[in-house]
Amino acid sequence: MSVPQPVLEIAGLRKSYKGHLSIGRREVIKGLDLTIQPGEVFGLLGQNGSGKTTTLKMILSLIFPDAGRISLFGTDYRSVAHRHRIGFLPENPWFYEYLTGREFLDFYGQLFGYGRAERSARAEAVLARVGMSDRAGLPLRKYSKGMLQRIGMAQALINDPEFVILDEPMSGLDPIGRREFRDIILDLKRRGRTIFFSSHILSDAEAICDRVGILKDGRIGVEGRLADLLSPAVRSWEVMYAGPPFAQLMSVAAGGDGGCQLLSDRGPESLVAVHDEKVLSKLLDSIRTQGGRLISVSARRETLEDLYVKEVSGR
Amino acid sequence: MKIMAIAANTFKEAIRDRILYLLLAFAILMIGASRLLSLMTVGSEEKIVKDIGLASIALFGVAVAIFVGVGLVFKEIEKRTVYTLVSKPIRRSQFILGKYCGLVLVLAVNLAVMTAVFYLVLIQRGWMDWRLTGAIWLTFIELMLVTAIAILFSSFSTPILSSLFTVTFFIIGHLSWGLRLMADKVEGVAAKFLCEFFYRVLPNLELLNMRGRAVHGLELPESQMAFATLYGLSYTAVLLALAVATFRRRDFL
Repeated sequence: MSVPQPVLEIAGLRKSYKGHLSIGRREVIKGLDLTIQPGEVFGLLGQNGSGKTTTLKMILSLIFPDAGRISLFGTDYRSVAHRHRIGFLPENPWFYEYLTGREFLDFYGQLFGYGRAERSARAEAVLARVGMSDRAGLPLRKYSKGMLQRIGMAQALINDPEFVILDEPMSGLDPIGRREFRDIILDLKRRGRTIFFSSHILSDAEAICDRVGILKDGRIGVEGRLADLLSPAVRSWEVMYAGPPFAQLMSVAAGGDGGCQLLSDRGPESLVAVHDEKVLSKLLDSIRTQGGRLISVSARRETLEDLYVKEVSGR
Repeated sequence: MKIMAIAANTFKEAIRDRILYLLLAFAILMIGASRLLSLMTVGSEEKIVKDIGLASIALFGVAVAIFVGVGLVFKEIEKRTVYTLVSKPIRRSQFILGKYCGLVLVLAVNLAVMTAVFYLVLIQRGWMDWRLTGAIWLTFIELMLVTAIAILFSSFSTPILSSLFTVTFFIIGHLSWGLRLMADKVEGVAAKFLCEFFYRVLPNLELLNMRGRAVHGLELPESQMAFATLYGLSYTAVLLALAVATFRRRDFL
Protein backbone atom coordinates (compact mmCIF):
# COMPACT_ATOMS: atom_id res chain seq x y z
CA MET A 1 0.00 0.00 0.00
CA SER A 2 1.42 3.40 -0.93
CA VAL A 3 1.85 6.05 1.71
CA PRO A 4 -0.52 8.97 1.03
CA GLN A 5 1.00 12.35 0.18
CA PRO A 6 0.82 14.64 3.24
CA VAL A 7 -1.38 17.69 2.74
CA LEU A 8 1.03 19.84 4.72
CA GLU A 9 4.65 19.35 5.64
CA ILE A 10 6.61 21.89 7.66
CA ALA A 11 10.27 21.48 8.56
CA GLY A 12 12.55 23.75 10.56
CA LEU A 13 10.24 26.75 10.26
CA ARG A 14 11.47 30.00 11.83
CA LYS A 15 9.99 33.46 12.00
CA SER A 16 10.98 36.60 13.85
CA TYR A 17 9.40 40.02 14.06
CA LYS A 18 10.91 43.43 14.61
CA GLY A 19 11.15 44.27 18.28
CA HIS A 20 9.64 47.27 20.01
CA LEU A 21 10.58 50.54 18.24
CA SER A 22 12.18 48.38 15.55
CA ILE A 23 15.07 47.55 17.89
CA GLY A 24 16.28 43.98 17.58
CA ARG A 25 14.16 41.02 16.53
CA ARG A 26 11.90 38.74 18.52
CA GLU A 27 11.81 35.14 17.38
CA VAL A 28 8.29 33.71 17.58
CA ILE A 29 8.68 30.43 15.72
CA LYS A 30 11.92 28.62 16.48
CA GLY A 31 12.20 25.54 14.30
CA LEU A 32 8.69 24.15 13.96
CA ASP A 33 8.12 20.73 12.35
CA LEU A 34 4.70 19.40 11.49
CA THR A 35 3.04 17.00 9.07
CA ILE A 36 -0.66 16.70 8.38
CA GLN A 37 -2.07 13.73 6.49
CA PRO A 38 -5.14 13.82 4.23
CA GLY A 39 -8.45 13.51 6.04
CA GLU A 40 -7.02 14.48 9.41
CA VAL A 41 -8.38 17.07 11.81
CA PHE A 42 -5.37 18.67 13.46
CA GLY A 43 -5.68 21.14 16.32
CA LEU A 44 -2.83 23.56 16.96
CA LEU A 45 -3.06 24.61 20.59
CA GLY A 46 -1.12 27.17 22.52
CA GLN A 47 -1.39 30.27 24.63
CA ASN A 48 -2.14 33.70 23.21
CA GLY A 49 0.98 34.97 21.48
CA SER A 50 2.52 31.52 21.17
CA GLY A 51 2.67 31.81 17.38
CA LYS A 52 -0.43 29.89 16.22
CA THR A 53 -1.64 32.63 13.88
CA THR A 54 1.91 33.31 12.68
CA THR A 55 2.21 29.65 11.67
CA LEU A 56 -1.10 29.67 9.80
CA LYS A 57 -0.22 32.93 8.04
CA MET A 58 3.06 31.49 6.82
CA ILE A 59 1.31 28.47 5.31
CA LEU A 60 -0.95 30.88 3.43
CA SER A 61 1.93 33.13 2.24
CA LEU A 62 0.53 36.10 4.14
CA ILE A 63 3.88 36.43 5.86
CA PHE A 64 7.18 34.87 4.89
CA PRO A 65 9.36 32.61 7.04
CA ASP A 66 12.96 33.49 7.87
CA ALA A 67 13.97 29.87 7.38
CA GLY A 68 12.51 26.42 6.94
CA ARG A 69 10.45 24.56 4.39
CA ILE A 70 6.70 24.39 3.87
CA SER A 71 5.09 22.17 1.29
CA LEU A 72 1.42 21.88 0.43
CA PHE A 73 0.13 18.84 -1.42
CA GLY A 74 3.74 17.80 -1.96
CA THR A 75 4.99 20.95 -3.70
CA ASP A 76 6.20 24.43 -2.76
CA TYR A 77 3.58 26.27 -0.71
CA ARG A 78 3.83 29.56 -2.59
CA SER A 79 2.13 28.28 -5.74
CA VAL A 80 -1.06 30.28 -6.39
CA ALA A 81 -2.65 27.11 -7.83
CA HIS A 82 -2.73 25.54 -4.32
CA ARG A 83 -5.21 28.14 -3.19
CA HIS A 84 -7.90 26.59 -5.37
CA ARG A 85 -7.71 23.66 -2.94
CA ILE A 86 -7.53 25.65 0.30
CA GLY A 87 -10.09 27.50 2.39
CA PHE A 88 -9.12 29.92 5.15
CA LEU A 89 -11.06 31.57 7.95
CA PRO A 90 -8.98 34.15 9.85
CA GLU A 91 -9.45 34.98 13.51
CA ASN A 92 -12.14 37.64 14.15
CA PRO A 93 -12.74 38.06 10.43
CA TRP A 94 -13.66 41.46 9.08
CA PHE A 95 -14.90 41.96 5.57
CA TYR A 96 -16.01 44.64 3.14
CA GLU A 97 -18.81 46.12 5.19
CA TYR A 98 -20.44 47.89 2.25
CA LEU A 99 -21.19 44.56 0.54
CA THR A 100 -24.15 42.37 1.32
CA GLY A 101 -23.43 38.77 2.31
CA ARG A 102 -24.41 37.56 -1.16
CA GLU A 103 -22.34 40.23 -3.00
CA PHE A 104 -19.37 39.38 -0.81
CA LEU A 105 -19.51 35.68 -1.69
CA ASP A 106 -20.02 36.54 -5.35
CA PHE A 107 -16.89 38.71 -5.28
CA TYR A 108 -14.84 35.92 -3.73
CA GLY A 109 -16.31 33.48 -6.27
CA GLN A 110 -14.93 35.73 -9.02
CA LEU A 111 -11.45 35.42 -7.53
CA PHE A 112 -11.66 31.69 -8.23
CA GLY A 113 -12.65 32.43 -11.82
CA TYR A 114 -16.15 30.88 -11.56
CA GLY A 115 -18.85 31.92 -14.01
CA ARG A 116 -21.95 33.80 -12.86
CA ALA A 117 -24.26 30.76 -12.54
CA GLU A 118 -21.65 28.72 -10.70
CA ARG A 119 -20.93 31.59 -8.30
CA SER A 120 -24.56 31.95 -7.47
CA ALA A 121 -25.05 28.20 -6.92
CA ARG A 122 -21.97 27.94 -4.73
CA ALA A 123 -22.91 31.01 -2.71
CA GLU A 124 -26.41 29.67 -1.99
CA ALA A 125 -25.01 26.27 -1.03
CA VAL A 126 -22.50 27.66 1.48
CA LEU A 127 -25.01 30.18 2.85
CA ALA A 128 -27.38 27.31 3.60
CA ARG A 129 -24.56 25.35 5.17
CA VAL A 130 -23.68 28.12 7.64
CA GLY A 131 -27.33 29.00 8.25
CA MET A 132 -27.17 32.48 6.72
CA SER A 133 -29.47 32.18 3.69
CA ASP A 134 -32.12 34.48 5.10
CA ARG A 135 -29.68 37.22 6.12
CA ALA A 136 -27.48 37.23 3.03
CA GLY A 137 -29.20 40.33 1.64
CA LEU A 138 -28.05 42.52 4.54
CA PRO A 139 -24.87 44.59 4.28
CA LEU A 140 -22.04 43.14 6.35
CA ARG A 141 -21.86 46.28 8.50
CA LYS A 142 -25.12 45.17 10.08
CA TYR A 143 -23.79 41.72 10.98
CA SER A 144 -23.09 40.67 14.54
CA LYS A 145 -19.79 39.05 15.46
CA GLY A 146 -21.30 35.58 15.20
CA MET A 147 -22.82 36.36 11.80
CA LEU A 148 -19.45 37.62 10.52
CA GLN A 149 -17.90 34.39 11.73
CA ARG A 150 -20.51 32.42 9.78
CA ILE A 151 -20.11 34.43 6.59
CA GLY A 152 -16.36 34.03 7.11
CA MET A 153 -16.84 30.27 7.20
CA ALA A 154 -18.98 30.55 4.05
CA GLN A 155 -16.19 32.29 2.13
CA ALA A 156 -13.70 29.70 3.35
CA LEU A 157 -15.88 26.92 1.90
CA ILE A 158 -16.95 28.60 -1.36
CA ASN A 159 -14.42 26.58 -3.39
CA ASP A 160 -15.26 23.30 -1.61
CA PRO A 161 -11.65 23.09 -0.42
CA GLU A 162 -9.74 19.89 0.30
CA PHE A 163 -7.75 21.59 3.03
CA VAL A 164 -9.49 23.96 5.43
CA ILE A 165 -7.44 26.23 7.70
CA LEU A 166 -9.35 27.85 10.55
CA ASP A 167 -7.87 30.34 12.99
CA GLU A 168 -9.79 30.29 16.28
CA PRO A 169 -13.03 29.35 14.50
CA MET A 170 -15.11 29.20 17.68
CA SER A 171 -14.17 32.56 19.14
CA GLY A 172 -17.02 35.02 19.27
CA LEU A 173 -19.69 32.37 18.91
CA ASP A 174 -22.46 31.68 21.39
CA PRO A 175 -22.97 28.09 22.61
CA ILE A 176 -25.43 27.29 19.81
CA GLY A 177 -23.11 28.80 17.21
CA ARG A 178 -20.24 26.77 18.60
CA ARG A 179 -22.25 23.58 18.37
CA GLU A 180 -23.19 24.40 14.77
CA PHE A 181 -19.60 25.19 13.83
CA ARG A 182 -18.49 21.97 15.42
CA ASP A 183 -21.06 20.14 13.28
CA ILE A 184 -19.83 21.91 10.14
CA ILE A 185 -16.26 20.85 10.92
CA LEU A 186 -17.32 17.28 11.68
CA ASP A 187 -19.29 17.21 8.42
CA LEU A 188 -16.18 18.36 6.52
CA LYS A 189 -14.24 15.60 8.23
CA ARG A 190 -16.88 13.03 7.23
CA ARG A 191 -16.50 14.16 3.65
CA GLY A 192 -12.78 13.46 3.79
CA ARG A 193 -11.53 17.02 4.05
CA THR A 194 -8.35 17.84 5.93
CA ILE A 195 -8.73 20.44 8.65
CA PHE A 196 -6.07 22.42 10.44
CA PHE A 197 -7.26 24.73 13.13
CA SER A 198 -5.85 26.75 15.94
CA SER A 199 -7.68 27.16 19.19
CA HIS A 200 -7.35 27.76 22.85
CA ILE A 201 -10.80 26.37 23.58
CA LEU A 202 -9.72 22.93 24.65
CA SER A 203 -13.14 21.32 24.91
CA ASP A 204 -13.75 22.05 21.23
CA ALA A 205 -10.36 20.70 20.27
CA GLU A 206 -10.97 17.55 22.28
CA ALA A 207 -14.35 17.00 20.64
CA ILE A 208 -13.18 17.52 17.07
CA CYS A 209 -9.50 16.67 16.67
CA ASP A 210 -7.87 13.46 15.62
CA ARG A 211 -4.51 14.86 16.53
CA VAL A 212 -3.27 17.89 18.43
CA GLY A 213 0.00 19.73 18.78
CA ILE A 214 0.81 22.09 21.61
CA LEU A 215 2.88 25.08 20.58
CA LYS A 216 5.31 26.24 23.22
CA ASP A 217 8.45 28.34 22.92
CA GLY A 218 8.12 28.48 19.15
CA ARG A 219 8.07 24.73 18.65
CA ILE A 220 5.54 21.91 18.86
CA GLY A 221 6.13 20.53 22.34
CA VAL A 222 3.74 17.61 22.44
CA GLU A 223 2.07 16.20 19.38
CA GLY A 224 0.04 13.12 18.67
CA ARG A 225 -3.33 11.41 18.60
CA LEU A 226 -5.51 12.26 21.57
CA ALA A 227 -5.92 8.58 22.40
CA ASP A 228 -2.14 8.20 22.63
CA LEU A 229 -1.49 11.44 24.48
CA LEU A 230 -4.12 11.12 27.17
CA SER A 231 -3.59 8.36 29.68
CA PRO A 232 -6.64 6.05 29.91
CA ALA A 233 -5.88 5.37 33.61
CA VAL A 234 -8.28 6.85 36.14
CA ARG A 235 -6.62 9.81 37.83
CA SER A 236 -9.18 10.35 40.57
CA TRP A 237 -12.78 9.79 41.61
CA GLU A 238 -15.39 12.30 42.56
CA VAL A 239 -17.86 11.18 45.20
CA MET A 240 -21.10 13.02 45.89
CA TYR A 241 -23.07 12.10 49.00
CA ALA A 242 -25.59 13.48 51.46
CA GLY A 243 -25.36 13.02 55.20
CA PRO A 244 -22.66 13.39 57.84
CA PRO A 245 -20.19 16.30 57.66
CA PHE A 246 -16.91 15.66 55.82
CA ALA A 247 -14.68 16.00 58.91
CA GLN A 248 -16.68 13.43 60.88
CA LEU A 249 -16.65 11.04 57.97
CA MET A 250 -12.92 11.35 57.52
CA SER A 251 -12.05 10.77 61.13
CA VAL A 252 -13.87 7.46 60.98
CA ALA A 253 -12.86 6.43 57.46
CA ALA A 254 -9.18 7.12 57.27
CA GLY A 255 -8.14 8.47 60.61
CA GLY A 256 -7.61 11.85 58.94
CA ASP A 257 -8.29 13.17 55.44
CA GLY A 258 -5.31 11.58 53.65
CA GLY A 259 -6.06 11.20 49.93
CA CYS A 260 -9.36 13.07 50.11
CA GLN A 261 -10.25 16.63 49.23
CA LEU A 262 -13.53 18.40 49.84
CA LEU A 263 -14.47 20.16 46.59
CA SER A 264 -17.83 21.61 47.56
CA ASP A 265 -20.18 21.52 50.49
CA ARG A 266 -23.64 22.72 49.57
CA GLY A 267 -26.16 22.11 52.32
CA PRO A 268 -26.71 18.44 52.84
CA GLU A 269 -24.69 17.41 49.75
CA SER A 270 -20.90 17.23 49.60
CA LEU A 271 -18.51 16.60 46.70
CA VAL A 272 -15.20 14.96 47.51
CA ALA A 273 -12.23 14.12 45.26
CA VAL A 274 -10.38 10.91 46.09
CA HIS A 275 -7.00 10.05 44.59
CA ASP A 276 -6.50 6.58 46.03
CA GLU A 277 -8.59 3.48 45.39
CA LYS A 278 -8.24 2.16 48.96
CA VAL A 279 -9.29 5.47 50.43
CA LEU A 280 -12.27 5.44 48.07
CA SER A 281 -13.41 2.08 49.34
CA LYS A 282 -13.06 3.21 52.99
CA LEU A 283 -14.93 6.41 52.26
CA LEU A 284 -17.84 4.55 50.67
CA ASP A 285 -18.02 2.16 53.67
CA SER A 286 -18.00 5.04 56.08
CA ILE A 287 -20.78 6.91 54.23
CA ARG A 288 -22.95 3.80 54.62
CA THR A 289 -22.06 3.14 58.28
CA GLN A 290 -22.55 6.81 59.29
CA GLY A 291 -26.06 6.81 57.83
CA GLY A 292 -25.19 8.90 54.79
CA ARG A 293 -26.64 8.49 51.31
CA LEU A 294 -24.39 7.98 48.28
CA ILE A 295 -25.51 10.06 45.27
CA SER A 296 -22.78 9.39 42.68
CA VAL A 297 -19.24 8.19 42.10
CA SER A 298 -17.50 9.24 38.86
CA ALA A 299 -14.04 8.38 37.57
CA ARG A 300 -11.89 11.20 36.17
CA ARG A 301 -9.45 10.36 33.43
CA GLU A 302 -6.79 12.70 32.05
CA THR A 303 -8.30 15.41 29.85
CA LEU A 304 -6.75 17.54 27.18
CA GLU A 305 -6.91 20.37 29.67
CA ASP A 306 -4.76 18.42 32.16
CA LEU A 307 -2.23 17.71 29.42
CA TYR A 308 -2.28 21.30 28.20
CA VAL A 309 -1.75 22.78 31.65
CA LYS A 310 1.06 20.30 32.29
CA GLU A 311 2.77 21.17 28.99
CA VAL A 312 2.28 24.90 28.96
CA SER A 313 2.87 25.79 32.56
CA GLY A 314 4.98 22.78 33.49
CA ARG A 315 2.70 21.89 36.41
CA MET B 1 -10.82 38.94 -14.91
CA LYS B 2 -9.55 38.73 -11.32
CA ILE B 3 -8.03 42.20 -11.64
CA MET B 4 -11.37 43.45 -12.91
CA ALA B 5 -13.22 41.81 -10.00
CA ILE B 6 -10.96 43.59 -7.50
CA ALA B 7 -11.25 46.83 -9.49
CA ALA B 8 -15.05 46.59 -9.50
CA ASN B 9 -15.06 46.01 -5.75
CA THR B 10 -12.78 49.01 -5.19
CA PHE B 11 -15.09 51.11 -7.34
CA LYS B 12 -18.10 49.91 -5.36
CA GLU B 13 -16.33 50.82 -2.11
CA ALA B 14 -15.64 54.37 -3.33
CA ILE B 15 -19.24 54.81 -4.48
CA ARG B 16 -20.69 53.46 -1.24
CA ASP B 17 -18.24 55.57 0.76
CA ARG B 18 -19.89 58.50 -1.02
CA ILE B 19 -16.63 59.81 -2.43
CA LEU B 20 -18.47 60.99 -5.50
CA TYR B 21 -20.37 63.49 -3.35
CA LEU B 22 -17.31 65.62 -3.95
CA LEU B 23 -18.70 66.06 -7.44
CA LEU B 24 -21.61 67.91 -6.01
CA ALA B 25 -19.21 70.38 -4.42
CA PHE B 26 -17.56 70.79 -7.80
CA ALA B 27 -20.84 71.42 -9.61
CA ILE B 28 -21.85 74.03 -7.05
CA LEU B 29 -18.45 75.72 -7.26
CA MET B 30 -18.54 75.73 -11.05
CA ILE B 31 -22.06 77.05 -11.45
CA GLY B 32 -21.61 79.45 -8.54
CA ALA B 33 -18.37 80.88 -9.95
CA SER B 34 -19.90 81.33 -13.37
CA ARG B 35 -22.99 83.13 -11.96
CA LEU B 36 -20.91 85.28 -9.64
CA LEU B 37 -18.52 86.32 -12.38
CA SER B 38 -21.33 87.15 -14.74
CA LEU B 39 -22.41 89.80 -12.24
CA MET B 40 -19.06 91.50 -12.61
CA THR B 41 -17.96 93.32 -15.68
CA VAL B 42 -14.50 91.94 -16.07
CA GLY B 43 -13.30 91.71 -19.65
CA SER B 44 -11.64 88.31 -19.29
CA GLU B 45 -14.64 86.65 -17.63
CA GLU B 46 -14.57 83.73 -20.07
CA LYS B 47 -10.94 82.95 -19.35
CA ILE B 48 -11.51 83.12 -15.61
CA VAL B 49 -14.41 80.65 -15.77
CA LYS B 50 -12.37 78.28 -17.96
CA ASP B 51 -9.38 78.67 -15.68
CA ILE B 52 -11.38 77.96 -12.54
CA GLY B 53 -13.07 75.01 -14.26
CA LEU B 54 -9.88 73.31 -15.42
CA ALA B 55 -8.03 74.05 -12.18
CA SER B 56 -10.82 72.63 -10.03
CA ILE B 57 -11.18 69.53 -12.21
CA ALA B 58 -7.46 68.92 -11.66
CA LEU B 59 -7.57 69.78 -7.96
CA PHE B 60 -10.61 67.65 -7.09
CA GLY B 61 -9.14 64.80 -9.13
CA VAL B 62 -5.75 64.99 -7.43
CA ALA B 63 -7.39 65.19 -4.00
CA VAL B 64 -9.31 61.95 -4.64
CA ALA B 65 -6.26 60.29 -6.24
CA ILE B 66 -4.01 61.05 -3.26
CA PHE B 67 -6.34 60.69 -0.32
CA VAL B 68 -8.19 57.63 -1.55
CA GLY B 69 -5.05 56.21 -3.16
CA VAL B 70 -2.92 56.16 0.00
CA GLY B 71 -5.62 54.40 2.03
CA LEU B 72 -6.46 51.86 -0.62
CA VAL B 73 -3.93 49.18 0.27
CA PHE B 74 -3.44 50.24 3.88
CA LYS B 75 -7.12 49.82 4.70
CA GLU B 76 -7.15 46.27 3.37
CA ILE B 77 -4.24 45.37 5.65
CA GLU B 78 -5.50 47.35 8.63
CA LYS B 79 -8.96 45.80 8.45
CA ARG B 80 -7.44 42.42 7.65
CA THR B 81 -9.62 41.93 4.59
CA VAL B 82 -6.37 41.22 2.77
CA TYR B 83 -6.01 37.92 4.69
CA THR B 84 -8.91 36.24 2.97
CA LEU B 85 -8.30 38.02 -0.34
CA VAL B 86 -4.66 37.04 -0.71
CA SER B 87 -5.37 33.47 0.41
CA LYS B 88 -7.59 33.10 -2.66
CA PRO B 89 -5.95 32.12 -5.97
CA ILE B 90 -4.77 35.61 -6.91
CA ARG B 91 -1.28 37.03 -7.20
CA ARG B 92 -0.28 40.01 -5.14
CA SER B 93 0.38 41.86 -8.38
CA GLN B 94 -3.25 41.25 -9.37
CA PHE B 95 -4.34 42.67 -6.04
CA ILE B 96 -2.31 45.88 -6.50
CA LEU B 97 -3.32 46.32 -10.14
CA GLY B 98 -6.96 45.63 -9.29
CA LYS B 99 -6.97 48.25 -6.54
CA TYR B 100 -5.23 50.66 -8.91
CA CYS B 101 -7.64 50.08 -11.80
CA GLY B 102 -10.60 50.48 -9.44
CA LEU B 103 -9.44 53.90 -8.32
CA VAL B 104 -8.63 54.95 -11.88
CA LEU B 105 -12.19 53.97 -12.79
CA VAL B 106 -13.49 56.16 -9.96
CA LEU B 107 -11.30 59.02 -11.19
CA ALA B 108 -12.52 58.54 -14.76
CA VAL B 109 -16.17 58.73 -13.72
CA ASN B 110 -15.37 61.68 -11.48
CA LEU B 111 -13.59 63.47 -14.28
CA ALA B 112 -16.30 62.69 -16.83
CA VAL B 113 -19.04 64.12 -14.62
CA MET B 114 -17.01 67.23 -13.74
CA THR B 115 -16.21 67.78 -17.42
CA ALA B 116 -19.89 67.42 -18.34
CA VAL B 117 -20.91 70.05 -15.74
CA PHE B 118 -18.09 72.33 -16.88
CA TYR B 119 -19.06 72.00 -20.55
CA LEU B 120 -22.74 72.60 -19.78
CA VAL B 121 -21.84 75.88 -18.09
CA LEU B 122 -19.61 76.84 -21.05
CA ILE B 123 -22.20 75.88 -23.66
CA GLN B 124 -24.84 77.86 -21.81
CA ARG B 125 -22.59 80.91 -21.89
CA GLY B 126 -21.58 80.32 -25.52
CA TRP B 127 -17.90 79.87 -24.60
CA MET B 128 -17.46 76.24 -25.57
CA ASP B 129 -14.07 75.35 -27.01
CA TRP B 130 -13.48 71.63 -27.67
CA ARG B 131 -9.72 72.09 -27.41
CA LEU B 132 -10.24 72.06 -23.65
CA THR B 133 -10.81 68.29 -23.97
CA GLY B 134 -7.13 67.80 -24.81
CA ALA B 135 -6.08 69.54 -21.58
CA ILE B 136 -8.60 67.47 -19.61
CA TRP B 137 -7.30 64.27 -21.19
CA LEU B 138 -3.77 65.09 -20.00
CA THR B 139 -5.16 65.94 -16.57
CA PHE B 140 -6.54 62.39 -16.51
CA ILE B 141 -3.11 61.00 -17.40
CA GLU B 142 -1.66 63.10 -14.58
CA LEU B 143 -4.22 61.63 -12.17
CA MET B 144 -3.23 58.12 -13.27
CA LEU B 145 0.38 58.95 -12.51
CA VAL B 146 -0.38 60.53 -9.13
CA THR B 147 -2.50 57.51 -8.15
CA ALA B 148 0.43 55.24 -9.01
CA ILE B 149 2.70 57.36 -6.76
CA ALA B 150 0.13 57.09 -3.94
CA ILE B 151 -0.13 53.30 -4.37
CA LEU B 152 3.64 52.91 -4.46
CA PHE B 153 4.09 54.76 -1.17
CA SER B 154 1.16 53.07 0.46
CA SER B 155 2.60 49.65 -0.44
CA PHE B 156 5.18 50.13 2.32
CA SER B 157 4.14 53.13 4.40
CA THR B 158 1.28 54.50 6.51
CA PRO B 159 -1.44 56.70 4.97
CA ILE B 160 -0.19 59.87 6.68
CA LEU B 161 3.37 59.45 5.49
CA SER B 162 2.19 58.28 2.08
CA SER B 163 0.01 61.39 1.67
CA LEU B 164 2.94 63.59 2.65
CA PHE B 165 5.27 61.84 0.20
CA THR B 166 2.72 61.90 -2.59
CA VAL B 167 1.86 65.58 -2.12
CA THR B 168 5.59 66.35 -2.07
CA PHE B 169 6.09 64.37 -5.26
CA PHE B 170 3.14 66.13 -6.84
CA ILE B 171 4.54 69.57 -6.02
CA ILE B 172 8.08 68.66 -7.07
CA GLY B 173 6.63 67.16 -10.25
CA HIS B 174 5.22 70.54 -11.18
CA LEU B 175 8.47 72.34 -10.39
CA SER B 176 10.99 69.84 -11.74
CA TRP B 177 11.55 71.91 -14.88
CA GLY B 178 13.43 74.29 -12.51
CA LEU B 179 16.08 71.61 -11.99
CA ARG B 180 16.98 71.88 -15.66
CA LEU B 181 17.51 75.62 -15.31
CA MET B 182 19.47 75.05 -12.15
CA ALA B 183 21.76 72.56 -13.93
CA ASP B 184 22.75 75.34 -16.32
CA LYS B 185 23.38 77.83 -13.54
CA VAL B 186 25.23 75.81 -10.87
CA GLU B 187 29.00 75.41 -10.80
CA GLY B 188 30.73 72.04 -10.51
CA VAL B 189 30.27 68.77 -12.34
CA ALA B 190 28.72 66.90 -9.42
CA ALA B 191 26.07 69.56 -8.78
CA LYS B 192 25.24 69.72 -12.48
CA PHE B 193 25.00 65.93 -12.61
CA LEU B 194 22.69 65.81 -9.57
CA CYS B 195 20.35 68.46 -10.99
CA GLU B 196 20.25 66.69 -14.34
CA PHE B 197 19.77 63.30 -12.63
CA PHE B 198 16.80 64.43 -10.52
CA TYR B 199 15.33 66.24 -13.49
CA ARG B 200 15.38 62.96 -15.39
CA VAL B 201 14.19 60.72 -12.56
CA LEU B 202 11.44 62.79 -10.94
CA PRO B 203 8.15 63.01 -12.80
CA ASN B 204 7.73 66.08 -14.98
CA LEU B 205 4.07 66.84 -14.39
CA GLU B 206 4.27 70.16 -16.23
CA LEU B 207 4.52 68.12 -19.44
CA LEU B 208 0.96 67.04 -18.72
CA ASN B 209 -0.26 70.53 -17.95
CA MET B 210 -1.74 72.13 -21.06
CA ARG B 211 -4.47 73.88 -19.13
CA GLY B 212 -2.98 77.35 -19.59
CA ARG B 213 -2.69 76.90 -23.36
CA ALA B 214 -6.23 75.57 -23.59
CA VAL B 215 -7.68 78.47 -21.59
CA HIS B 216 -6.02 80.93 -23.92
CA GLY B 217 -7.40 79.14 -26.95
CA LEU B 218 -3.97 78.05 -28.21
CA GLU B 219 -3.47 74.90 -30.32
CA LEU B 220 -2.39 71.74 -28.49
CA PRO B 221 -0.03 70.13 -31.02
CA GLU B 222 -0.82 66.45 -31.65
CA SER B 223 2.80 65.36 -31.37
CA GLN B 224 3.10 67.06 -27.99
CA MET B 225 -0.15 65.47 -26.80
CA ALA B 226 1.00 62.03 -27.94
CA PHE B 227 4.40 62.42 -26.31
CA ALA B 228 2.90 63.65 -23.03
CA THR B 229 0.42 60.75 -22.99
CA LEU B 230 3.14 58.21 -23.67
CA TYR B 231 5.39 59.79 -21.04
CA GLY B 232 2.64 59.74 -18.41
CA LEU B 233 1.64 56.14 -19.11
CA SER B 234 5.24 54.88 -19.15
CA TYR B 235 6.05 56.63 -15.89
CA THR B 236 2.88 55.14 -14.38
CA ALA B 237 3.84 51.66 -15.55
CA VAL B 238 7.27 51.94 -13.89
CA LEU B 239 5.70 53.16 -10.61
CA LEU B 240 3.21 50.27 -10.63
CA ALA B 241 6.00 47.78 -11.29
CA LEU B 242 7.87 49.18 -8.26
CA ALA B 243 4.69 49.02 -6.14
CA VAL B 244 4.15 45.37 -7.11
CA ALA B 245 7.80 44.52 -6.38
CA THR B 246 7.58 46.14 -2.92
CA PHE B 247 4.23 44.61 -2.09
CA ARG B 248 5.27 41.12 -3.14
CA ARG B 249 7.70 40.85 -0.25
CA ARG B 250 5.53 42.46 2.37
CA ASP B 251 4.42 40.62 5.52
CA PHE B 252 0.75 41.14 6.41
CA LEU B 253 0.92 41.49 10.16
